[in-house]
Formats: sequence, C-alpha cells, structure tokens
Amino acid sequence: MTLDLSLLPDGGVRWLDAAGAHSDVVLSTRVRLARNVDGYAFTGRARDGERLRVLVQVREALQVLPGLDDSLMVRIDELGPADRALLFERHLVSKELAGLEPQHPLRTGAAVYLSDGLSVMINEEDHLRLQSLQSGFELRAAFAALDRVDRELGGRVPFSYHPEFGYLTACPTNVGTGMRASVLIHLPGLVLTKEIGRVLAGLQQMGLTYRGLYGEGSEVVGNFFQISNQTTLGRSEEDLLDQLIRVVGHVIEREEEARRVLLRDAGYIIEDKLWRAYGTLRYARSLTFEEAMNYLSGVRLAVGLKLIGGLSVYTLNKLLIFSQAAHLSAAEGRSLTESETNLARARYVRRALEEEAGSVG
Amino acid sequence: MLCDNCHQRDAVVNLTTIENNAVRQLHLCEQCAAERGVETSVATPKHPLGEFLQAVQQQSVPASTDAGKCAFCGLTMKDFRATGRMGCARCYSTFEPSMRELLRRVHGSPRHTGRAYRPPKDEVLEKASVLGELRERLRRAIEQEQFEVAAELRDRIRVLE
Repeated sequence: MTLDLSLLPDGGVRWLDAAGAHSDVVLSTRVRLARNVDGYAFTGRARDGERLRVLVQVREALQVLPGLDDSLMVRIDELGPADRALLFERHLVSKELAGLEPQHPLRTGAAVYLSDGLSVMINEEDHLRLQSLQSGFELRAAFAALDRVDRELGGRVPFSYHPEFGYLTACPTNVGTGMRASVLIHLPGLVLTKEIGRVLAGLQQMGLTYRGLYGEGSEVVGNFFQISNQTTLGRSEEDLLDQLIRVVGHVIEREEEARRVLLRDAGYIIEDKLWRAYGTLRYARSLTFEEAMNYLSGVRLAVGLKLIGGLSVYTLNKLLIFSQAAHLSAAEGRSLTESETNLARARYVRRALEEEAGSVG
Repeated sequence: MLCDNCHQRDAVVNLTTIENNAVRQLHLCEQCAAERGVETSVATPKHPLGEFLQAVQQQSVPASTDAGKCAFCGLTMKDFRATGRMGCARCYSTFEPSMRELLRRVHGSPRHTGRAYRPPKDEVLEKASVLGELRERLRRAIEQEQFEVAAELRDRIRVLE
C-alpha cells in the first residue's frame, strides 16, 4: 500500500491554518473518545483474527457514516516505517498505532480513517479512537463534531459499556466518558517570565495535566504544551470541557499578561533576541530539531507581539510539521542520516522563510 | 502551624480540594490526612500514569476477589498489575470490587455521569451482519467472475441498504 496524503484537504494539516480563536497562542484543539467493540478482547490481548474482525465490522459501519463516508482509509499494517513515521509526525495517528515504539510493535489490523478534521484509529490501545482536530481554541466545536460520529457509529456497532463505570477501555485511566480533550498551546511569555512552574502546578490542582508536543511521554520543546483533562470518570463530557475552557482561558490571559510585561520591562532585549532567532532560521546551514523548535518559538512570539510583521502564523505552524525528520526524508525521496537531516531542515526552513521575506519587517 | 482538623498536632500536609468550583486549602496533620485518604508516606510521582500504577500497587482489596481469572480473555490481576491494562470488557465485571476501588482512587469517583450509551437494536445488528456476509459473498463472486450471482447479490444488498 502506498500513502498519498495529498488526497486529504491541505494534506491533513488544515488544523494548522490559524483560523480558529486565539490562534496566536493556541495552535490546535483535539478531542478524542476511546471506544471498544463488544464481544472481542481489547486490542493488546486480542489475536490477529479478532483485530481483523473488528476492522471489518467497523469498516462496514463507517462506509455509510455521514462525515466519514468520503474519508481516506489507510491500512497502517501495510505501510513501511517511513510512511508510518510521516503519519505520526503529521499528528494523524498516535505513535502506538504507527508501531514506532519498541514496546508497541506494529499490529495486524491497525488502520485509520482520515477525513477533514475527523479521524478514526482502529486497533490502537482501544479498538476505536475517534478524534477531532481543529485549528485554534475550539473545544466545543471539536466535541460537537465528534459526538455526532460517536452516536452514529455507536448505533451501528455495539460498544463495551458498563452501567456504573461507563465506556470501558483497556486502560482504567480512560474509563467513563473515554474522553480526552486537549489544547496545544504556546507559552513562551510564561516560560521567559518564569511563571510557568506556578501555572503548571495550578493545572494539576484543577484536575488537568500537561504534556509535550506529541502527547503522553513526550518532552516539552519550543514552549509548546498540551493541556488536557486528567480524569474521565465522575463528570459529564460538558463539565470536563467547561473546566478545560475556563482554565485554558485563564492560562491564555496569563500568557498575554506575561507578554505585555516582557515588552514593557525588557522591550529592546526581547526584540533583539527574537530578531536573532529569525536571523538564525533565515540563514543557518544546519539545524537540529530542537534548535528549529526553539527559534520557531521565538519567531512565533515576535509575530504575536507584532515585533515582526509580514509573516503568517500558518507558515510558522507548517514549519513545525514539515521540518521533522520523516517529512524531510519524504521530500528528499530517500532516508537521511542525522547530519543530512539537519542540513535538509535548515534548507527547508530557509526556503519557506525566503518566500515571505519580501514582506517581513 | 496546627492541623485545621484536630487543632492539636502540627500540620504537615497541604490539601487542596475543589468543592462547588471553589478551591479550598486545608492544612492537616499526618493522622487527619490519613483519615481523609491522603497518603503522606509515599512521594507523589509527577507522571499521571505513575500515579495510576501506584494506585494499582496500593490496592488493598482482599486477595479472594482477585484470585481467579477472566472467563472471557483469561486475564489475571497479576497480569493487570504488570501491564496496567485490562484484557476485555468482561474483566471489569470479573474484578468489579477491585476495579471500583481503583477507579475511585484514579478518578475520584467510580460512577459515570456522562453520555449514557444506547446500544444498536437487535435488528440493526442483524442487518449489519447479513449485509457484511452478502458483501463478502459479492467480493468472492466477482473474484471468481460469477457475474450472474454477483448481480443478484448486489440487488439483495441494495434492498437491505
């Protein structure tokens, strides 16, 4: 099976188009529901035949489901490692489904349905992971789209459900609503003013948690944080969303306040630092992923503070995705060594910024 | 500082609770904290899964309910403690008392208050399984170039759809 992501609108990265609310601070909103098909062992304990039967049963139902009937179905288990890494880097499938972790090798029956902003992963840790991904801070819209698919699909395929515990999942941390709602947020102001520790500690006291750019177990790079609900049971979907909306709204205010303070108390130092970040990205000949992320974080902040004009947030967002190793390899048409990757990354970033350079000032 | 509860012993635990959307700070001694179910002797890990696995390890449910294995998938409580994953939906009923206690510790409540699920009606499931079978037969008929059979199957599928 060959992978052709050009079949998706905007290659599946429309969630980066910076059209949603607060898009200078919030990159994207993601909501996912974990569901299992009744009558089979959960994915990790199921035999190959069971996972394939799950896939067939879900496929029959999804083919006629409004909103997903024109989606692109990808059999992950038939893809090579380069294509699987590409899907993961584009945030379209989890690392576990892509079989990129040593403790979770690729599973027979692993598949994904991709549609504009909606996706269904099959045979992930749970049989089904329904996901909605939207640009900006749009939790209610993301959930509403997902809720429709969940009801339709649940009316055709029997889900595992317990009258007291709710939706049953492989990991007890997802039981109940099975819902994890998260916001990918850029907080350089809070990091620079060293307020971030207090904010993150506050999140945990409010029943929320944070992770890095790639979800569970990933490091925080480039001042990007994913804030999400920690618990899934005992509160309704609406309650969990309201809480997250309230707290993230507060975090956005704190970030904006921190940015104002930086500009007021250290204006020229900040301005110099951020222009240097832009200069490095514009002219460097070799960039590691971490360097690129950190400089991009600086340029993003500069655009938000209106210190650098004429550069679109969408361009910066796309750089986050397309300057990753598997994407650079795909663009070059061959696998690259680490030093080749760093050269290719610098070249890619230079070209992307060159296109808008005429208007930057 | 003295304990907010007994006003006798030194407070060693700061307990933050959220009640009716208001944050409340309580300073408690070790004994009063323990009465409220707060562990003081164990350092709290930062990772959410770490916290969860710790709760799994600390479960103090009588061994008798945890003996045995799930009749559907064969999972034992020992398997669960090793992986942190249940084997199937039936496991939750098999180990219900332990799971209730674990869910209470992980989520603060074992009771689902979100969307109630209405499973598909029997006729929907039956239709889906008949349709699935007809589609499979259609695929095979086309593969074997039995086009008359295929046409007949396609008609039957259309009617059902």
